[in-house]
This record gives sequence, structure tokens and C-alpha cells, in this order.
Amino acid sequence: MKAVYGLYADPDSAQRAVDALRAAGVANRDILVMSSEPFEEYEFSHRDKATWLHWIAGAGGASGFTVGYFLTSITEQLWPIKTSGMPIVAGWPNAVVIFELTMLGAILATVITLFITAKLPNRGPRLYDPEVSDGYILVGVDNPPDAARLEAALAIDGARVKTTS
Amino acid sequence: MNRTLNKRLPDDLLRPLFHTSVWFYALVAALGSVVLAGLSAYAYQVYNGIGVTGDNWPVFWGFHETNFVFWIGISHAGTLISAILRLVNATWRRPVTRCAEAITVFALMIGALFPIVHLGRPWLFFWLVPYPSAREIWPNFRSPLVWDFFAINTYLTGSLLFLLLPMIPDFALVRDRATGWRHRIYGALALGWQGTTKQWHRLESAMQIMAIAIIPVAVSVHTIVSFDFSMATVPMWHSTIFGPYFVAGAIFSGIAALIIAMALLRRFLHLEEYLHPVHFQNLGKLLLLMSLLWVYFVFAERLTVWYGNEPSEMAVFWATQRGAYAPLFWTMVICNFVIPFPILALRRLRTIPGTVVASLTVLVGMWLERFLIIVPSLAHKQIPYTWGSYSPRPVEIVMAVAAFAAMGLLYVLFAKFVPIVSIWELKVGDHPRPALTPVEKDEAAGLWRTQP
Repeated sequence: MKAVYGLYADPDSAQRAVDALRAAGVANRDILVMSSEPFEEYEFSHRDKATWLHWIAGAGGASGFTVGYFLTSITEQLWPIKTSGMPIVAGWPNAVVIFELTMLGAILATVITLFITAKLPNRGPRLYDPEVSDGYILVGVDNPPDAARLEAALAIDGARVKTTS
Repeated sequence: MNRTLNKRLPDDLLRPLFHTSVWFYALVAALGSVVLAGLSAYAYQVYNGIGVTGDNWPVFWGFHETNFVFWIGISHAGTLISAILRLVNATWRRPVTRCAEAITVFALMIGALFPIVHLGRPWLFFWLVPYPSAREIWPNFRSPLVWDFFAINTYLTGSLLFLLLPMIPDFALVRDRATGWRHRIYGALALGWQGTTKQWHRLESAMQIMAIAIIPVAVSVHTIVSFDFSMATVPMWHSTIFGPYFVAGAIFSGIAALIIAMALLRRFLHLEEYLHPVHFQNLGKLLLLMSLLWVYFVFAERLTVWYGNEPSEMAVFWATQRGAYAPLFWTMVICNFVIPFPILALRRLRTIPGTVVASLTVLVGMWLERFLIIVPSLAHKQIPYTWGSYSPRPVEIVMAVAAFAAMGLLYVLFAKFVPIVSIWELKVGDHPRPALTPVEKDEAAGLWRTQP
């Protein structure tokens, strides 16, 4: 994998590097930033903020509700068991099962969406530097069109700029 | 960014993963022996039948059910508390959450075993699972035991994911520092985590949603466990307050377990710099609140029964107040209120040893409470000639002790192989608070403005 990136000791420098890459004509979506912790206070961490996760969780909950409703009511009609004077399709007790399956649907939809959108698990070749775990912030570009020019843009605040091929 | 912190945090918190002391092996051997004794007792029970327990007419629920309710209650320590603190953005939660969430998962696993342990033919446990059986009797959705199946499995799934998701970035940290087999194992567990801004956003959003979803599930689980009792017209079970009463008791015992676990971790893993006295102070205040709430529920329940003066309920009432079960009842009151209240109410006593002593008594008191809910009511049902008593047999006592050892063993192994404090969340806690924008300042000021 061809890439060019710089390792920055603090988020202020990383923000300046992101701005420098933009100034060098790199599109926002092509800039990669990696860190060992989230930096909500910095603009660079807000680039991927838009997400449908909340809506998908809601849809998962709705699916769980539907499954719960049909599981209980259809089952009770197919295998009718008279219990203690309750109706065959008993709404109150069924509500317990429906509630649990609603929440389970929301939880599973959230986790599945997290894995898909965050591209986990990721076993393929990818840009990464273990120094990220030591607290350095990686700012770089995958498959850069003009690596030499981007190296110059990334060489700020004493960053160590690396190129992979 | 604090460079020293970035170096010191992993060094301190990953130390147990890379260095093993002889005490670890000794502890695993000791706890493992007790667990083995418990497994042997269970094998003995399976081979000889459920008759080797003290369960007998009219008391068919004894120690095993007490353990079931107790451990499901303990499970409320983690995920529920962690989710609430996460949602209100309590900064002091950061070193506490993973310790707490691990308790939930292990306690649920242990608790959920006891209904199976109590089955006469445990190999048929899958009859609880809703599937179209050849007997043409689909499990009945009107049975609270089937509700248990759904509630416990939903809570276990949610809690497990709630624990595992924030561990992924920490596994990546271990992967990058480890070599050899550790590198391979933690590399697999890290799932290829890179720490991109997108991954961080998705993880934090997912944790926020999970926190919202898991709170009602946690409340529902112990409410449904209470329904196992309150749906039956057994004296002192058929009560409308049983749901909240059980939930309050569960949170009460859960916090006590969390305090004990934190104190042990602090002492043996040398986490003094991360688990501060303020964490014990704050959890101590929560424990005090739950102690008062517990007394309130006990009083409300007892007063209502006493005032109603129903003969069948009064039989259970007096059996616990001044009859055969009175020593256990008053020990429970002393353990859950008389001892912890002054310790936790007085700031001078609300120290780390103080909160640990209070928590130990609360665990004893809450186990007794579960026993006293179950056994005296079954021993004094509506018709006096059916009255009986219950005494646990050695096989049940050994299994009850083994459950505590299993909890300890699982926790020791977890703390050995996983960073017990969430490293990335601790780092975030060290970030300076961002300056407010003029609009945010105005909004904050508006909160305090009164209408003319």
C-alpha cells in the first residue's frame, strides 16, 4: 500500500497538518487521521460525524418489536394452551417478551452497524503505524497522487514524515 | 496532550498482562480448587438426584434459587451503573466502568446457571427455549420462567457487548506493545482497529445508544426475576412493590460488590493512582442512598402486610419477625442498615476500609434477604397442615460457596488478560475542557436565569 503520513506529538499539530493537506488540495475524505484516543475538541475529528446509527438502532428496535409480536401471538394461536383463565393471545404477558426482543433488536442493530461502518474486523492491508499506540497522531493520505508535495505539507511542527510503498 | 500520561498509563495498566506474580498462580489454584469442589458437588447431585439437596415438600426452592436471585442482583452493579454514569458524563466513572461491567457479565453467567443446576434432569434445560417441540407444547409465554429466558439472555448479550466494544481500542494498544503469541492473540481481538476518526465516532455513538438501551433492560431483568415470585399467590410474594423492591435490592448489592472488587484491584494491582478515595466516597454515597431505599421498601412492605392482618401473610410475617427465621431477619437488618448506615453517612468513616466493611455486610445482608423472601413464604403457605421447614444440605452449601469462588476466579483471570481500567477513556478524561463558544455560554447562563 502506497501512502504518505506524518506522526504528530499533539493534536494541535495534527490539526495544522490536516489544514496543510487541505491547502495542498487534498480532499477532506482522502485525509486519514488515526489516534489512540478520540479528540472531540478538534475539528479534524468531526469530519466523519454524520451517522445513521441512531436511526438504524431505532429500526432494529422496530424489527425486534415485530418479531416479538409475531413470535408470541402466532405461537399462541398455533399451540393454544389454556392458562389460568387468560386469553389465548394474552397481551400483558406477551408485552414482557416483546419488550425484551425490541431492546435486543436495537442493541444488535447498533453493534452490527458499528462493525460494518467502522470496517471491523479489518484483516486486509491498511495504513497503520504502531507508534499511534504510543500517543502519536497519524495524519496521512492513501495512494497520494503527488507524494513529494504532500511530504512537504506534512513536515510541520517537527513531525516525522514517512512514506510507504 | 500529556506525553507523560501517554507513557505512564499503559505502563501501569498493562503491567498485569505482561508480568505474572506467584500470587496469581496461588490465587487461581485456591479459587479453582473451590470451584472444582462445587462442580463435584453438582456431579454428585446430578448422579444421585435432586433429593440430596434440602429441597423437600413444601419448600422446593432453597439455596439454588437464593443464589440465582442473589447473583442476578449482583449483576446490576456494572452495566446499569456504568450506563447511567456514561449518560450523565460523570468524569469520575472512567476508571470504574470496566471493573463494574465485568462484574455484570460474570455474575449473570453464574446466576443464570442456577435454574439449570436446580433442574432434576438438567440435560433437558433446552425445554425452556421457545422452539416447536415434538411434545406439541410450545413453552408458554405466560410463564414468568420463560420471561426469565428472554430477559436474562437479552441482558447478557447487551452487557457482554457493552463490555467488549470499548475493549477493542485497548486490545489494539496491547497488540502494538506485545510480541510473539500475545501479539497474535491481541491482534485477533483488536479486529484490525486503527483508531481512525470514523472508528472513534462510531464506537462512541454506539456506546451512547447501548447505554440508553441497556438501562431499561437492566431494570426489566430484576423486575422479571421478582415476577417469578409475585405472579404466584403465595403469602408475602403476591405484591405490587416486588418489582422496584427487587431492582433496588439488586442495585444495592451490586454497588457493594463493585466497591469490594475495586478495593481488591486497587490493593493487589497497585492501582492507587487510578482508583482514588473519591471513587469510593462517591460509590459509598450511592450505597448509602440504596440502603435508605432498601429500608423504605422493607418498611412499606411489612407495614402493609401487618396492617392488612391476613392470616396467611401474618404467619410468614411472624415467622420472620420473631419465629424460626427471626435471627436471620434481624441479622439482615443489621447488615443492610444498622452497620452500613453510620459508616456511610459519616464522611469521616466513608473511607476505603469503611466502604469495604459496609459493602461486606451488605452482601451478607442481601444474600439473607433473598433467602428470606423465598423460604419462609414457601414454608408457610395458606393451609397450615402443609407448613414445613427447610435446611440446606452440604451439597448446596458447597455449590453456594463455589459460586463466590467462581466469581473470584473469573475476575482474577479477566484482570490478568484484559486491562481492567479502560486506558483510552482515562486519556480522554485528561483532556482539557474545551472553551465554550459565545452561544454555549449564553445557553449555560440561561439555565440560571429566572423569569421576571
